[in-house]
Amino acid sequence: MRKWLIAGLGTLLAACGQGGKETPQGLSDADKAFQDQLQQQFLDAKPGTVIEIPAGVHNLDRVLTLRADGVTVRGAGSDKSVLSFKHEISGPEGMLVYANDFTIEKLAIEDSKGDGLKINDGTNITIRDVRVEWTRGPSLENGAYGIYPVKCKNVLVEDSASIGARDAGIYVGQSQDIIVRRNRAEKNVAGIEIENSVRADVYENNATGNTGGILVFNMPDLTLHGSHARVFKNKIIANNLGNFAAKGTAVASVPAGSGVIVMSNPNVEVFDNDIADNRTANVIISSYFITNFADKTPSAGYDPYPKSIYIHDNRFSGGGDAPDGLEWKALKVSMFGITGHFPDVIWDGYVDTKALVDGQYPAAQRICVKNADVEILNVDGPNKFVHPKVLKDEVHCELPPLAAVELPGKA
Amino acid sequence: MKRSHFAGAAIALGVLALLGGCAQAPQPVHYFATGYPAKLSDWHLVEARGGKLAPNTGVVPYDLATPLFSDYAHKFRTVWMPAGSAAKYDAYGPFDFPVGAVLTKTFFYPLPAKDPRDGKAVARTWDTARDFAPGTAHDALDLANVRLIETRLLVRRENGWEAIPYVWDANQKDAHLARTGDAIPLDLVDAAGQREAFPYVVPNANQCAGCHVTNVQAKRIDPLGPRARHLNHDYAYATGTQNQLEHWVKVGYLTGLPQTDVPRDAAWNDTAAPLDARARDWLDINCSHCHNPAGPANTTALDLRSVNTDARLWGVCKPPVAAGRGTGDRLLDIVPGKPDDSILVYRITSNEPGVMMPEMGRNTTDREGVELIRAWIASLPGTCGSP
Repeated sequence: MRKWLIAGLGTLLAACGQGGKETPQGLSDADKAFQDQLQQQFLDAKPGTVIEIPAGVHNLDRVLTLRADGVTVRGAGSDKSVLSFKHEISGPEGMLVYANDFTIEKLAIEDSKGDGLKINDGTNITIRDVRVEWTRGPSLENGAYGIYPVKCKNVLVEDSASIGARDAGIYVGQSQDIIVRRNRAEKNVAGIEIENSVRADVYENNATGNTGGILVFNMPDLTLHGSHARVFKNKIIANNLGNFAAKGTAVASVPAGSGVIVMSNPNVEVFDNDIADNRTANVIISSYFITNFADKTPSAGYDPYPKSIYIHDNRFSGGGDAPDGLEWKALKVSMFGITGHFPDVIWDGYVDTKALVDGQYPAAQRICVKNADVEILNVDGPNKFVHPKVLKDEVHCELPPLAAVELPGKA
Repeated sequence: MKRSHFAGAAIALGVLALLGGCAQAPQPVHYFATGYPAKLSDWHLVEARGGKLAPNTGVVPYDLATPLFSDYAHKFRTVWMPAGSAAKYDAYGPFDFPVGAVLTKTFFYPLPAKDPRDGKAVARTWDTARDFAPGTAHDALDLANVRLIETRLLVRRENGWEAIPYVWDANQKDAHLARTGDAIPLDLVDAAGQREAFPYVVPNANQCAGCHVTNVQAKRIDPLGPRARHLNHDYAYATGTQNQLEHWVKVGYLTGLPQTDVPRDAAWNDTAAPLDARARDWLDINCSHCHNPAGPANTTALDLRSVNTDARLWGVCKPPVAAGRGTGDRLLDIVPGKPDDSILVYRITSNEPGVMMPEMGRNTTDREGVELIRAWIASLPGTCGSP
């Protein structure tokens, strides 16, 4: 029945092609036929539908949009089934999903004009063995986000990869209950970013060759304020790529050579990671004020200060030896010499003075480091780096561990 | 007449009607409760005959004070409802239409007055003077002067609205179902004869929802145009010129129209109207289907509804959230007095996917719309703050 329907529609489409229309650019007849048939499957999908993407490179010129719940899109492997949007004329995403109970696995999305895979307002989202890549490498032409669930609940991103995003490779925004594990993020501005999200576990990922490795950000104006993120057992190595983000974006302020950045996000635990050779700093803890936003008046209800941050039991090596930007370079040389390096953790030094009790944050709100011999450099951002100071004993404290994220039906 | 097997009968009837030629009287409007009829003519809503695209009996044309920009396409819109049923008025949202209501929107271009009719050239003009058949007010298109591209149907079925796109044949006799969309190469030709080639993209049915689902949680398709504020002005009907809302009441298509306080949009190109109203209404129709607190772009906290009174949320001094390269290296959505520093201007000017706004529905730049927004931002007072 379904085949008949598709065949019938094919005939009709062929019939209305009699007017001498041609595909404006790019796609071969075979690609166009594949796209029509695939678009039809996305249109007709119902709960339980599995849309199979065969092995091979499939050129598409418009976004694939899905609006039905309970659908699986499955390829033959992220190195075998490739959806290429090099010739995209209508999008701008590669795939755009507004659906619950969505699974996508074993395929690649390449060279979309905008975001690669965007999933908006879905509950129970699984992304597994999906590669999103801009094949030209880091470029001003690349789309913003690779794998991009936003406003979702119960999100699992695993065994996937994002390469070349002009903003964040794997970006989970304004979402709740998130696991991001065993992924690879390379050559993006931000490798993995958790933004304005609640309860995220980010572990066993490999972030290397990005501008910044793993970011936990909380931004103003949005309806969901971020809190509770655990970043652990990741390899965050040599994220020294020159920042190629568009100015004005949050990640445009990320210095090349950043391992982990926590910005304005409360309740973050960073532990048991291998963090090495990130040449500005292996870890940066910052407020909203150190960013380069032109308007620094935070919106109502937004706390621009990072609080309850716990860095412990990581393995650090290298890094901090060639910071990005003149101010940081000058600071490094003046404090640690030409051949020296920053401590493993840098803090911008902005303090919420209204929250202080006897000159410091209450125990539960402190920035704590329990990591053998690791120091924090307070760069004194509020006074334009005039009185930077290395802290050690002052920040040696512990916070209670955060709870693990549990997703229904996922081990 | 609400069973699907009637659809087959209707197609058969349609074929018979075609075989019978134009002498036969038009069939009444056929509402299909399910399914996707193969041809636009199966519905008997608007039909090309006698050199005109004309609405059937009971099919009422309408227009909007300020329309969505669609690559300079002109639009001929109609509404039809089953006998005895009417839509209920709403001051802000879409009217509550009865099951069986069908809206059509035909996208067409005036043909260039001089250029050869090469199958690609269409006029880049806002002038509608040549669109309509002589002597018929604004209720039929003159097929000698226009090229029909597509007709989109919104059909109010038991379970809600459904979007059904049809693409016109090159011979302009009928339009065929195109649920997976289409791309048609066209050349926009301006008054000076300058050409701009672009692909006219017919959206697929899921892309229709990209604009018509204004609430991502509800996931419901709603009409965008036929709302009180967009309709509250005169239209030149065959029976004479009348306010559209009053006409809908007169023909029995609308109930609950209040005597006073009916909102009214400015026409974007009415230079007699206040600049602020024209700009905000242009942003409302072009952007707010996504940029509203429940819409798909609520991830960005930018709210471009004309009823939003919080300037920060309509972009003044607001940093972008997920713009990517769409910032064009500008720092804030709107910088008062500085259109060139405003991300919003950059994005509505670009026609590159990934940068341009709206994200779909156009492949060219609305030059006059951009000028309007630039003038408006230039007129805004104030400066953006720092800590």
